[in-house]
Formats: sequence, C-alpha cells, structure tokens
Amino acid sequence: MNKVGQSEVRVDGYDKATGRTKYYEDRMPADALYVRIKHAEKAHAIVKSIDTEAAMKIPGVVKVLTCFDVPDIPFPTAGHPWSMDPGHQDVADRKLLNTHVRYWGDDIAVVIAENEVAANQGVRALTVEYEELPFVLDAQKAMEDGAPLLHEQYPNNILKHTSNRLGDYQNAIKEEGLIKVEGWYDTPTVQHCHIENHGCYAYEENGRIVVVASTQIPHIIRRVVGQALGRPWADIQVIKPYIGGGFGNKQDALYEPLCAWCSTQVGGRCVRIDCAREETFVSNRVRHAIRFHIISWLRKDGTIAARKVECFSNQGAYASHGHSIVAKGMGSFHQHYPCPNMECDSYTVYTNRPVAGAMRGYGMPQASFADESNIDECARAVGMEPMEFRRKNIMPQGYKDNFSGNVNYYDTYRECMKKGAEIIDYERKLKEYANDTGKIRRGIGMATFWYNTAVYPISLETSSNRMLLNLDGTVTMQCGETEIGQGADTAYAQMTAEALGLKSYKDVHVVSCQDTDITPTGLGAYASRQTYVAGFSIKQTAELLKEKILKYACEVTRQAVANMDIEDGNIIRKGDKQVLMSLKELAMTAQYNPVHSEHITAESTYTIRNNAYSFGCTFAEVEVDIEMCKTKLVRIVNVHDCGNLINPALAEAQVHGGMSMAIGYGLSEQLIFDEKTGKPLNNNLLDYKLSTFMDHPNLEAYFIENPEPTSPFGTKALGEPPACSGAPAIRNAILNATGVAINKNPINPHVLFAEFSKAGLINDPWTEKEEK
Amino acid sequence: MSQYKVVHCNINGKDVEKVVDVRASLTDMLRNEYHLTSVKKGCEVGECGACNVLIDGEAFNSCIYLAVWAEGKHIRTLEGLVGPNGELSDIQQAFIDETAIQCGFCTPGFIMTAVEILEANTLYTDDELRKLLSGHLCRCTGYENILRAVKKTMYRRLGKEIDF
Repeated sequence: MNKVGQSEVRVDGYDKATGRTKYYEDRMPADALYVRIKHAEKAHAIVKSIDTEAAMKIPGVVKVLTCFDVPDIPFPTAGHPWSMDPGHQDVADRKLLNTHVRYWGDDIAVVIAENEVAANQGVRALTVEYEELPFVLDAQKAMEDGAPLLHEQYPNNILKHTSNRLGDYQNAIKEEGLIKVEGWYDTPTVQHCHIENHGCYAYEENGRIVVVASTQIPHIIRRVVGQALGRPWADIQVIKPYIGGGFGNKQDALYEPLCAWCSTQVGGRCVRIDCAREETFVSNRVRHAIRFHIISWLRKDGTIAARKVECFSNQGAYASHGHSIVAKGMGSFHQHYPCPNMECDSYTVYTNRPVAGAMRGYGMPQASFADESNIDECARAVGMEPMEFRRKNIMPQGYKDNFSGNVNYYDTYRECMKKGAEIIDYERKLKEYANDTGKIRRGIGMATFWYNTAVYPISLETSSNRMLLNLDGTVTMQCGETEIGQGADTAYAQMTAEALGLKSYKDVHVVSCQDTDITPTGLGAYASRQTYVAGFSIKQTAELLKEKILKYACEVTRQAVANMDIEDGNIIRKGDKQVLMSLKELAMTAQYNPVHSEHITAESTYTIRNNAYSFGCTFAEVEVDIEMCKTKLVRIVNVHDCGNLINPALAEAQVHGGMSMAIGYGLSEQLIFDEKTGKPLNNNLLDYKLSTFMDHPNLEAYFIENPEPTSPFGTKALGEPPACSGAPAIRNAILNATGVAINKNPINPHVLFAEFSKAGLINDPWTEKEEK
Repeated sequence: MSQYKVVHCNINGKDVEKVVDVRASLTDMLRNEYHLTSVKKGCEVGECGACNVLIDGEAFNSCIYLAVWAEGKHIRTLEGLVGPNGELSDIQQAFIDETAIQCGFCTPGFIMTAVEILEANTLYTDDELRKLLSGHLCRCTGYENILRAVKKTMYRRLGKEIDF
C-alpha cells in the first residue's frame, strides 16, 4: 500500500494527547535567571536617561542593562535565508535595545533577576527620561513631506518602492467606451495569536552560546544571533523543541539575540525571556496593514483592458521582512487576472507602530481582499455574475509566469470554483438572496487566490536530509524543515517510508527537535515550503541510502544490486519478488560483521530551483442583521488544489485553521491604536476578538488533486493558502446580501454601522440629531 | 501572613503536600512543584484556557486560581487521564483519531474541559458543545475537529448512534 496519500495519525499525536510533549518552557533549567524587558511608553522619542538605582536595590535583581549598554551593531531580524549578494540582504535597522524609541513598546532596557517577581518589580522601578518626538501611525501620512522621520537613511519613511509595468496603461485607458471601477481598500493590523507565546533561554557552554527557542527557523536564528552579538555564527548553537504554533511570527529573530547577549552579561549563566501575551501582540510582529488603490478599466464584454494598482504597506518601526510582503501581494495581481496593460506600484513605509513581519499568507490575504473586492464590483459594473466574470478573466490553463517559471498546468481555478459552487449551491442562492429586503438578509459570495510554493527564485531554496538505518530495520530521519504544529513530521515519515520501501510510516523516526550543531542545515518552516522542499531531499537521500543498503546486501546475498529492491521493509529479488532478507537482518549483519562493519547512513542536500502555483477559492454564506449591524457566517467552503495530498486528514485540518484565521480577518480581528498617543489599546485576547468556538459555522474543506509535476511526490503549498480568500468571500457575501460594498476589514458592527448609515439602510436618530 | 504556606491537596488521585509561595498561581504550583507540564501558559490572565484543570470536577483556568486555594481540593490534569501502562482514555484517543491536535499547546486544556462535559452524561447539541468549549482558544484547528472528537466520544459514552 502507498505510504503517501493516507490519513495516518500524527507521529507526535500520543505525546501531545498526553501532555508529554516538551515545549521550550518545559525544558527550562531550574536555575535560569528571569529577564524582563522595559518597553517604551512613547510612540516616538529619544531616551535621554534611565535611572536604574531603585531597580538595583530590589532583592533578587542581578543586573540592569539599558539601551546605553548594548553593542553598537545594527542587525536584521527577518527569517530569510542569507544572501551572498549584499544588495539582497535584509535591512539591519535595530539594536538589541534602542535609544531611539520608534513605537510604543520598543525595547529600551532589561532587568535580570533571580525570580520573576523581582524582575517585574525591577522593570517597574526604572525611571526613564524621554525627549518626545512627533509620531505618525498611517503609512500614507508617513510618506508626506515633513512627516516625523523614523530612520534617517530613509527619506519620507519609504523603506522601498517597487513597480510592475505591463504594456502601456496610460495609452490603454484611452480606448473608447471603457468602464472604470475604482476603489480604496484597507486591511488591518492583526496578530498571529499562536497559543504559545514566544520565549527562549540561553546559556554559555564551552565558550559558545546555546539558545533554546520557540522558533520556526533555528538555522537562520543562529546566523542572526551571531550577527547581533558580533560573534562568529559557529559560536552559536540553536535548539528548537516542539513549538505551540508560529504562523510567521516566529519566522523572525524575536528575543533570541537579546537573550543570548543577556547571558553573556551575567557570566554565561542561563537566562530566560518569556513573552507575556500583551508583549506578543505589540513587541513581536504583526501582519502588515496594507492600503490598496485599484482602478480597473473594463470593456462591455467583460474583459479587462487595463488595471492600476497602488499598495501602501505599513511596516511599523523596523524593517523585519519589509518590502517582501507587499511585493508578493502586488505580484499577485497580474497573474491572478492577466491583463495586457498594468501599472502597479508598492511602497513599504516606516511608521510608529509595532513591527510588521511574516504572517500566514505573506501579503496575499491583504492583496486578495483588495483584488477580490474590486473584481466583484467589476462583475457588477458589466452586469455579469461574479463567478462568471472570474471564469472569463482568471489565469487560464497553460499560463506561465516568466519570473518564477510557474505554469498553470491544469484548469484548476475553474475546477475549484465548480466544485465549491456545487457544494454550496452558489448560483441558485446568489439569485435568490439578491432580492432579500428584510431586516435579516442572506447573501452568498466567493473569492479566489493563488499562492507560490516556497521562495524560489527570490531566495535560496535548499533542503538537507540525513537518514540512518537503525539496527531494527527502521530509519531515523533528520532535516532542518521544522515541525510547528502543521504536521510536517508526519508527512516526512510518510514520504520517507514511501521512498525507501518501508512497511509503514511508523518505521521512520523523524527527529523533531532541530539542533544546529547536529541537524543538517535547513531553512525552517515558512512559505508553505516544508513538504514540497523536503520532498526533494527526502527522495534524493532515500535513493542514496537505498543504494548503500543494496550494495551491502549484494555482499551478503550475492545478488546484483540492479536485481534487488526494497519492499515492505525487506530486500527482495526483483524478478520473482523473493524476500532475500529483512532490513533488520541486513542492518545487524552490516553493523556486527567482524570483517566489514558499516553503519549505513546517507546525507544530502537538494537545491530546489522550482516553484509551484497553489490554487483555491472560498464560498461564504452570511446572514446580515441590518439593524444590529451584525454578520453571522452561516456556511463557509474552501476548495484547494495543492497537488497530491500526502496526508488528507492533516491537510483538511490545516485548511480548517487557515479558514478560521480568514474568518477572524474578515469579521473581527484587529489591533487598534490610540491616535493621540500611539498606544496599542487592545493587546490582549479578550479585546482583540480572536474567533472563538462560537464564532464559526462548520468549516468545510475540499480538494482537487492535480499532481504537481515538479514535485517528486506531486505535492505543493497548503500551509498558507487557506488564509487567503476567506475574508473577501465574506465581504462579497455581505455585498450580495445588502448591496453595500465594504472596502475595509474586519467588517465588524462599527464598520457596518457607518456603511449602512451612509447607504441609508439604517437611520440613526442620534446621528441625525447631531447633524441638525 | 507568611510568604509561604503548606498546601495539601489530591492531585491525579494522590494525596500530596508542598510549601508554596502564597502569591503563586495553581499553574505555577502544578508546573514548578509537581512538574505537570501539560498545564500550559498562554496568557496567564484567564483568556485562553491552555492552563485549564479540573478542581473537584469543575474546569478552572489554573492561572487565575491561587495555589493556596487548592487546599483540600481534588485536582486533575491531563497526566491523570493516562492509565498505568500508558493507556489513553477514550477522549485522548479521539483527539488523535479525529486530527484534533496540531501544535498541541491548547490540547491539554481542551481535553480537560471535554472530560468535564463527558462526565455530565448529557447529550448536548452542537451549539451547546460549542458554548461549553468556548473558554478555550485555538489558532491551528479552527475548532472543527475538536468538536468532532468531543461529540463522537460523547455519543459513544452514551451508547448512541452519531448523526454526522
């Protein structure tokens, strides 16, 4: 039986169901000192002085370090692979602690203490003298001349501006009879909200620094810690145990560099940094709030003549992943709905807000919200049904993107839309609901997306792998692509068993914990890459291991290597399928042979120079209570083509999680800031409005399995895709229900109240009185 | 009042006592004094449910329950559900079988609330189950498979056919 394509239970299921799984804090040395961070309480300021005397007098406080003590080394934090090209390296714009405070929550000092209470008391006892500066929270306002400047080397706060030009937009829009559909679309600042906050601990061992961290990217963290401390990278050892979710927040160097440095300041003793939930919201990373301006020019026949797209991405205080996010979002437009004339510009702009970094979808949920909102209005403008308009204009089969080399091999988009529409009975409901006029109105909407798999050709794509034949005939496998909850280890076990011819995925022991001293170098978990990229190195390494096994078997069985194979954990003769010996017999013989002893192992690196389009769509059905300005999501269906499913049950579960994130993005989640001070106002799980058990209908996930030809296992991206198209589908359903086009998310009652008032759907006596 | 106090209680069926800091939460005591690391810290202010344990049969966020209040109480954590030879309880097996576990960080808290639900010997509707489970936050699963796991186990325990 095939090992891939089966809904096997997770390899870490038993330990997680019994609470045995160890996360970083469960491995904490008992003598670790507590490091607590003093966060600035100004949105923009210069720290003039920090009085540490009172803090130092608190019993248990060991040391206080401030922004005036740290090494003068700016470093980058983004979890990107290192680039040998200096022009392609991440922006190094922050220090371990900063004297120039650039957002409310910036790190300006630490207190190291023997216990948590003393550390917290110490932080409260610090007296900070600031020179306050004017601040700016909005990306477009930050671009204006005379706006407060965050980083001197970036005039008008523009971290980067890139454009994409196709054909001749200016000339194309002169065509007679074109219909113009223009809109501004606003997406919010949201946070990852993995249930385990980021944390780490660090200590010195034999003159090197060991960092144990809740991270998605141990090998990249090693490099960043080395950079930040001015130490050779090999001086750093990073260990990644199981982690309680990441979603991109932990694809960044968060507090690992600061923690490592603090250890060096107390003689190499073990120190710990544990983010509180309130810190996770503000002083880790958030999703970029991006504002889009789209102008679509349509012909009466429903074709698109030209499009203009402007994107303003709110970076917050430091570069982190920076322009990569909006660049990816902007790059989606011309591929999603190919059009001969396009003028696209994107700006990434520093503001005095929390730092935006990677988050599930990496610019696509934002772009998808804007694009799919605008496309729905385009359909209405030419009097077409929204799905029909998409079928007419969406990326066709055979489309090739010359930059990534991606090809749309199948007619996937249309297949996904067809399936989703049938399941939810889209076409009938669309017509039926359009005439709803009561106080409670029903609506149905849809949206589509595409997503890349991994990051080739923008950055290095590589995966390394090590396999060891154990004495019982099982195989131990290690790679640098991390398990972060998504189920990667289980998929690896299935692919390894398949590639080697083992009896079961249970015969593969995936070493889940990455240790940069031991684990083959990999890049970690991001870009929906793990299963795809690890697939290459698993296949290649399995073939190397198999070759070694059969070569040794040749000595024992005297059968030619070419005449043998491995099936169900046995070495067989191909011609008659006769079992020659089991892998266990072979391993024991090889290890304990007094004449020729061998521990059979293989290791290899595969450089991936491919990418793959992943596709899908969401259908959403809503009930809108006009007077209460509330939306109830009645039904939601996602359909994905991520190639062959390695593990259908895990794939479905992963889609559920992404759909949930998309529902929050569409209806409830956002971080809000006090306009007068820049202070975050709802950085806790109560006020932030993360979706709860009661905010969801059943989540329905379906697949179209078109095998991806570039992958040895026919698979491609699924981790991030489910988060992309949910919010605009909900938005379009609300449009269908009410006739009101909402151009910002989350579409919460505050937004609906304003929009319904404007549209005359509700009359608010209070507002009317004010106006009079 | 002294800063330390002896707390006697029964944890997972065993009578125990330890000296604890009177300021410590039950989460701190269970994790630090008894090494019951299934009790997770996700917010420490009673919002996320990761630290949930059963106190005299009732689900509580142990992060906002003082350790000293545990005096004389019966406390159950996820570790207590496992049999002497590592046997899983039905609800743990259901979480595995229904793919209700991803990163696993919210899992212990969820399972303990599920135990409270199941021990009520009541056939709840989906809406009721959603409400009973809504004290827990999860970012990985969208709650879908957790509902399936709890619902299926509830039907099995009550000897009823499931209507999915």
